[in-house]
Amino acid sequence: MNIQTDAVSSLEGNVAVPVVIPGSRRFYWSVRRELWENRSLYLAPLAVAALFLAAFLIGHHPRAHVHMDLSFHSMQRQRPDVFQQPYTIAALLLMGTTFVVAVFYCLEALYGERRDRSILFWKSLPVSDMTTVLAKATIPILILPLITFAIVLVTQSIMLLLSSAVMLARGQNVAELWSHLPLWQMSLMLFFHMVAIHGLWYAPFYGWLLLISAWARRAPFLWAVLPPVVVGVIEKIAFNTSHFAALLGYRFGGNSDVEFTGGPMTMGVLTASDVVRFFTDPSLWTGLALTAVFLAAAIRLRRYREPM
Amino acid sequence: MACIEAHGLRKAFGAKVALDGIDLQVEEGRIIGLIGPNGAGKTTALNAILGLTPYQGQLKVLGREPWTDRDRLMCDVCFISDVAVLPRWIQVSQALDYVAGVHPRFDRAKAESFLAKTTIHRTSKVRELSKGMVAQLHLALIMAIDAKLLVLDEPTLGLDILYRKQFYDSLLNDYFDRSRTILLTTHQVEEIEHVLTDVVFINRGRIVFNRSIEDMESRYLEVSVRPEQLAAARALKPIYEREVLGRSILLFDHVDRQQLTALGEVRTAGIADLFVAIIGNQNSQGAAR
Repeated sequence: MNIQTDAVSSLEGNVAVPVVIPGSRRFYWSVRRELWENRSLYLAPLAVAALFLAAFLIGHHPRAHVHMDLSFHSMQRQRPDVFQQPYTIAALLLMGTTFVVAVFYCLEALYGERRDRSILFWKSLPVSDMTTVLAKATIPILILPLITFAIVLVTQSIMLLLSSAVMLARGQNVAELWSHLPLWQMSLMLFFHMVAIHGLWYAPFYGWLLLISAWARRAPFLWAVLPPVVVGVIEKIAFNTSHFAALLGYRFGGNSDVEFTGGPMTMGVLTASDVVRFFTDPSLWTGLALTAVFLAAAIRLRRYREPM
Repeated sequence: MACIEAHGLRKAFGAKVALDGIDLQVEEGRIIGLIGPNGAGKTTALNAILGLTPYQGQLKVLGREPWTDRDRLMCDVCFISDVAVLPRWIQVSQALDYVAGVHPRFDRAKAESFLAKTTIHRTSKVRELSKGMVAQLHLALIMAIDAKLLVLDEPTLGLDILYRKQFYDSLLNDYFDRSRTILLTTHQVEEIEHVLTDVVFINRGRIVFNRSIEDMESRYLEVSVRPEQLAAARALKPIYEREVLGRSILLFDHVDRQQLTALGEVRTAGIADLFVAIIGNQNSQGAAR
């Protein structure tokens, strides 16, 4: 009897105060915390999207009517993917914004908490340095690409609806516009591009920036930029070669082995072989291994580092 | 099991020795004041106990090694290290959500009820709160955690006296019970005197004094000696002598109270008096050497 009541009361105790919090829950809250702190992660791309839509709308204004008509007729005579051009520009603009946001986020992520001493608060809670650093790395590698994908998709949908409305009002044929825009293909391509290039392919950049952010006592931006520049210059002077710069350029410009139909930065058609080629490319995996090394070092540094 | 057990705890920053072989045993249910001059090693000692800094020697906190086990240790240990370390961008409600999300022993309802006694709004950001309110918020978060050890490093630095008094009152009335242990440092020694059960003085990385308050009060007496009795008083070997308004005040260790009453006005020595005596003596000896 006693045992039973004890069991019941201890069970109730467990309900009121869960003794074990799974690691995934701590990870989830650590990621949410990042989104609370860094609202620019979604506000900056949203602002750019709003500006672009405003410009797009002005382009459809009756005063731009003649120009619009002309370009529309010239479009019909050209390759059909000219229809896609404004949509591609919107996507590129938002991707560029995201990359800039990601760079500044990474540099601030482990530096800011030491500068404002809040690291002492975060470390007073039962969250490991590993959970914290991995949650921060998840933002540029996974969360930001997904946010950007969603914002680009919504922006392009609004553009399409706007164009259709304008064309309908002028009695033009909407069907042609829609038939030249392979929507499903475009969004699939975009999704793959965001996750593969902006997430996985760029991951070593983010890992490096997070490492510097955990290490630098001041001016993390300089510390992140100067060493690669110095390495490049020394290589140039000593050997008169520029392999290092070429390597960085190759990494930054996207993988040419993974050049999709029409190049990596355009909204071409995604094929299964593109995906296979991307994931079987050894340089993807060396990049990811390098990212893991950078992040492991950042975790270790966060453990040792004290507020500034 | 002792709450904190340290043997030969050492820590050096380059050539500068911050902790020079500390032995310390803290039992459950005590409120210990760790008191020392600036640069004595207080914060380093607390950082070692909290797993914020690596160290040499043996250290166990609640049976765990702080440096290798910090995240798990923090389920049972809470700390306020310095005032105003709450991130300035966080909203009060977000702070509650986050701590509730990651801490297994956080009782949100309790934190809410502490906050209800203050003028802090849920939607305020920390940057909009006054320094005193930030301390209230932090204390509300910490007191709602059912921890075994609470460590406070200068928790009231820069707060006005009303907030300071309120801070220690809530700590004693709403938080402390005999199963918890509190370890704290402060320079405002007089204000925490009535709160403590034990006093530890630390100087130049060593523990130079470690007694319970009862022990301290029964052993150390201060006498405002009448001038004609000064020679007789000095013969009893006071551990410290100072002059206030032309009268000599002598501090005695382990001298019979009856005997002292004959020499002048006797009173129990406060922590501040003892601190000045013990640390002052040491430092002047050190300077003479």
